[in-house]
Amino acid sequence: MFHFASALTGRMNMQAFPRDTITAGGALSMVFALIAIAAFLTYKKRWKWLWKEWLTSLDPKRIGVMYIIVALVMLLRGLGDVLLIRTQQATSVGSSHGILNSDHFQQIFSAHGSIMIFFVAMGLMFGLINLILPLHIGARDVAFPFLNSVAFWLFVAGMALMNLSIIFGEFSAAGWLAYPPLSELQYSPGVGVDYWIWSLQIAGVGSLLSGVNFLTTIFKMRAPGMTMMKMPIFVWSVLCSMLLVVFAFPILTVTLALLYFDRSLGMHFFTSTGGGNPMMYVNLIWAWGHPEVYILVLPAFGIYSEVVATFARKRLFGYKSMVWALGAITFLSFSVWLHHFFTMGAGADVNAFFGIMTMVIAVPTGVKIFNWLFTMYHGRILFATPMLWFMGFIATFTVGGVAGVLMAVPPADFQIHNSLFLVAHFHTMIIGGVVFGYFAGITYWFPKIFGFKLNERLGRYAFWSWLVGFLLAFIPLYILGFMGATRRLDHYSASEGWQGLFIVAGVGVLFVLLGVGFQILQFIVSIIQRKQNIDATGDPWNGRTLEWSAPSPVPFYNFTTIPEVHSRDAFWETKRAKISMPPRYEDITLPKNSPMGIFIAAFAFMVGFGCIWHIVWLIVLGLIGVVITVLVRSADEDTEETTTAAEVKRLDRVARKVAA
Amino acid sequence: MSEAMVAHQSHPDDSKSILGFWIYIMTDCVLFASLFAVFAVMRNATFGGPNGHELFSLPFVLAETMLLLTSSFTCGLMVLAGRVRSKQWVMLALGVTFLLGLSFVCLEVSEFRHLVIEGNSWRRSGFLSAYFTLVATHGLHVSIGLLWLVVNGWRIVKRGLGDVTQKRLTLFSLFWHFLDIIWIIIFSMVYLVGVR
Amino acid sequence: MNKKRLSLILIGVAVAITLAAVFLHGHNFAVLNPQGEVGRKERNLMYVALVMSLVVVIPVFVMLFGFAWTYREGNKKAMYKPNWDHNRTIESIWWGVPTLLITILAVIAWNSSHDLDPYKALVSNKQPIQVEVVALDWKWLFIYPQQNIASVNFLQFPVDTPVNYTITSDAPMNSFWIPSLGGQVYAMSGMTTQLHLMANKIGDFEGSSANISGTGFAGMRFVARASSQADFDSWVAMVKGQDTPLNTTDYKNLAKPSENNPASYYSSVQSNLFDDILLKYMAPGSTVHNGSMAGMSM
Repeated sequence: MFHFASALTGRMNMQAFPRDTITAGGALSMVFALIAIAAFLTYKKRWKWLWKEWLTSLDPKRIGVMYIIVALVMLLRGLGDVLLIRTQQATSVGSSHGILNSDHFQQIFSAHGSIMIFFVAMGLMFGLINLILPLHIGARDVAFPFLNSVAFWLFVAGMALMNLSIIFGEFSAAGWLAYPPLSELQYSPGVGVDYWIWSLQIAGVGSLLSGVNFLTTIFKMRAPGMTMMKMPIFVWSVLCSMLLVVFAFPILTVTLALLYFDRSLGMHFFTSTGGGNPMMYVNLIWAWGHPEVYILVLPAFGIYSEVVATFARKRLFGYKSMVWALGAITFLSFSVWLHHFFTMGAGADVNAFFGIMTMVIAVPTGVKIFNWLFTMYHGRILFATPMLWFMGFIATFTVGGVAGVLMAVPPADFQIHNSLFLVAHFHTMIIGGVVFGYFAGITYWFPKIFGFKLNERLGRYAFWSWLVGFLLAFIPLYILGFMGATRRLDHYSASEGWQGLFIVAGVGVLFVLLGVGFQILQFIVSIIQRKQNIDATGDPWNGRTLEWSAPSPVPFYNFTTIPEVHSRDAFWETKRAKISMPPRYEDITLPKNSPMGIFIAAFAFMVGFGCIWHIVWLIVLGLIGVVITVLVRSADEDTEETTTAAEVKRLDRVARKVAA
Repeated sequence: MSEAMVAHQSHPDDSKSILGFWIYIMTDCVLFASLFAVFAVMRNATFGGPNGHELFSLPFVLAETMLLLTSSFTCGLMVLAGRVRSKQWVMLALGVTFLLGLSFVCLEVSEFRHLVIEGNSWRRSGFLSAYFTLVATHGLHVSIGLLWLVVNGWRIVKRGLGDVTQKRLTLFSLFWHFLDIIWIIIFSMVYLVGVR
Repeated sequence: MNKKRLSLILIGVAVAITLAAVFLHGHNFAVLNPQGEVGRKERNLMYVALVMSLVVVIPVFVMLFGFAWTYREGNKKAMYKPNWDHNRTIESIWWGVPTLLITILAVIAWNSSHDLDPYKALVSNKQPIQVEVVALDWKWLFIYPQQNIASVNFLQFPVDTPVNYTITSDAPMNSFWIPSLGGQVYAMSGMTTQLHLMANKIGDFEGSSANISGTGFAGMRFVARASSQADFDSWVAMVKGQDTPLNTTDYKNLAKPSENNPASYYSSVQSNLFDDILLKYMAPGSTVHNGSMAGMSM
């Protein structure tokens, strides 16, 4: 019921601050980290630079880098959660209850899943798309640059809200998807589920805006001559993923809203009584949830395609087939959602249908794997770090896929649903498929964006640590699943015989952290050694697609002249034909910076916070703030600035002279 | 060729906005589709309370429908007037559209008030939760449309009818007609079926 | 990647697998070693799906390592065909073979989904035992309507006899699971689900809740004991002999949140208790005995 203790402060109270050591530790380290960053910026007098060059920039390359930085920081947070989870499950046996009480443990894995999906995976994805999509289609920008900024800042606002729950309040203890009735007010009376709802809701709106933006970009802003079938395959994968975004995310928006209405306005969508229907929630959330995992993995598939072709020095095998496979996966991904709850009792006909559709979707996925392998066939392969990530992907993802086929048979699933086998399966798909793919993308495209290459050796060490860590962390979980171990347990009896495997899994996490350590070291060392590793030509990998035709780092206008495209792998073809066009210069008009995206997100944050803590005036203020900011922005006629041809020529000369 | 490319890139492209807006409308479609699906599932979840048959009055709903459909018509007139750059007629059609839309919202609010006073609020049952949420979401979209209309009117008064404003009126009319279609589905699914 | 490093890796993997096998020997792989026919059939399905998947997986791994080795940059002997990017025959194989495999699996999935439908009664010449299951915070209540007894976190039934479970919840969504005997089914308030299981060996089998339902859900462990018919009868008699009725008040106390409940038994059960638990969630003013409308209305 929407009642509040006080009109001014809603249901805020002093109990909301951390009351146990681990939470307090987490909260304090976050606060100190923020203070440290602020102090550093003040000391170096870089606030203005940060504001002007990065925070208010509408350049998708800047926005892309910011997405990735936020995502990688969130990866650290999510891995911190993992460390706690693994420690708990390795030690909470018999008479010991580990280091966390049940409620805290449940909040941690709920946060872990939510952060990894919404802020790490989505962040890396949108980051890389922002960086590379315009370059791939020969454009200077995305279709709606301001919307792009709004989307990013909404992503940040959602992330901020989720992390705020450590400092003030609590998080949901109902799992990353918060099934009712557990997530309803009766069983989760605190603010935890509301933090979950609003951080996802705000970030979700950002995702929707990006979906609209990137779809329009692909349809309307390709370089002349670039027909759909001449687009880089990465662009196709983004197209399919964004189609899924625009169809799936509104379902999430509705579902989160309805759950919030149940909790705050006394409605009965998913309550145990009053006519509520928790099974409806399960259907709705997975109708979004399944397409979501394809949203995450398709661009990763696109990256793999680009990486294999580049490092095998060979055309991608079966481009047309790959496009059809992407389309099939996109279409089919809306027909499988029930496989997430075969055990809810839908009946044999329904279960069988969805099980069969789940198997069907494995076919185009398998086709892609074979096409990648045959891109290697008769190639001349250089095993640079991105290629290693690809190899790791094929090896792990295939095995995870087998686990999926097992679970696609409904009666078999009855025995492994919600067990650690399931947990191992989806982590295999997400880590092996999505995370490895985005790491490959980062290592592959880093020189393009920053102008120098990443240290190869550290990259290799990072890869091997991650791979070994992943295997050690998840093979035990597959085994535990077969032993009848359920997921999300905060304690089990010694007689189960599970502890050894949990310990091995914990060691695996340590290897993963080692891998992350190597990645951080890689960034630091590469930055220090950047002058020795300059990407002089803009084409460090002998690439095939248009981004490699621009100098590194890419200037804000991407291309001095929009290229004319005649074939697939446009850049490779111009290199082969040894075509060298003298550069032509023209006036370039691009959007000015704007702080309005930040303001909109700040107001959205207010709305979220107000909804969580039932502070009505804050909600109203936030909503009014959003509306006014939108109106102010739309009344602004002076949103673009032009760089003259002469200035472009000068900048280009500088970029290329540094280059060569 | 290069001039064409320059033109393509540096002038505001209406077709981008229109495509982007269509895609947004598609997402709104999915949003409403989800709400319709929820309503369909909950149509009998009355938890012992009243169902649509007992609650809804067709004549009332017919009035709402007429208001909204007429406003769609006047909205069309507004866009046509904009094409011939007749500021007077645009403002007139805009004003009428606004008033009709506002009346629709007022009628809807009074319908809701009536239900709540009777004790049949969204708290009563899953069915009523679904009803209020679906219809109020549509009403909220209409209200946002009204606000947008006012802003457009203000702009036309201040800056006259230019290309950009014309584009915005076109986008608005897309939105407004879309809301009309959603209302027709609501009318059929919630009121007609419920009352029969 | 040279030969020495490769052999080191292979040796490492072999050692790891051996260690794992030694370590895991003697552990209870409930899902792979089921003691009931339902679980056995479900496990066999997994093996079938696994074997069929290997038809695809083995070539993938062979090609992955084979192509990586053969076509590595350093190998000058390999033929380099940079523009070779399609081949109808090969492509039809990898569209066709998986499609064929999936078709076979689809038929298997259809048939087995019906055969192993949790709602489907098991074939047996023995009379089934009826058990009504109520998921509570955070324990399991088992009501035996035919014997008019009940138990918490403990279940007993005769071996080789079908047990028909009718399941509900008076708590959030749970999942009733005895992995040694067969697959799980969700337990949800205001409705019932069904499960049919049979043990083919005498023994004690672990049961749990496989869906998170709050802070105490990890403690929702129960023992399912398959015994001889004689032992089952004497157990029922023993429970009936106690003076521990489960009437409405007792139930209300039982339903209060508690964790890690030890096994306990009730010698008699309030008539229609299970139905009352169900009806609580359905509509206000439904027929409820003893006027105890516990209702969750806000």
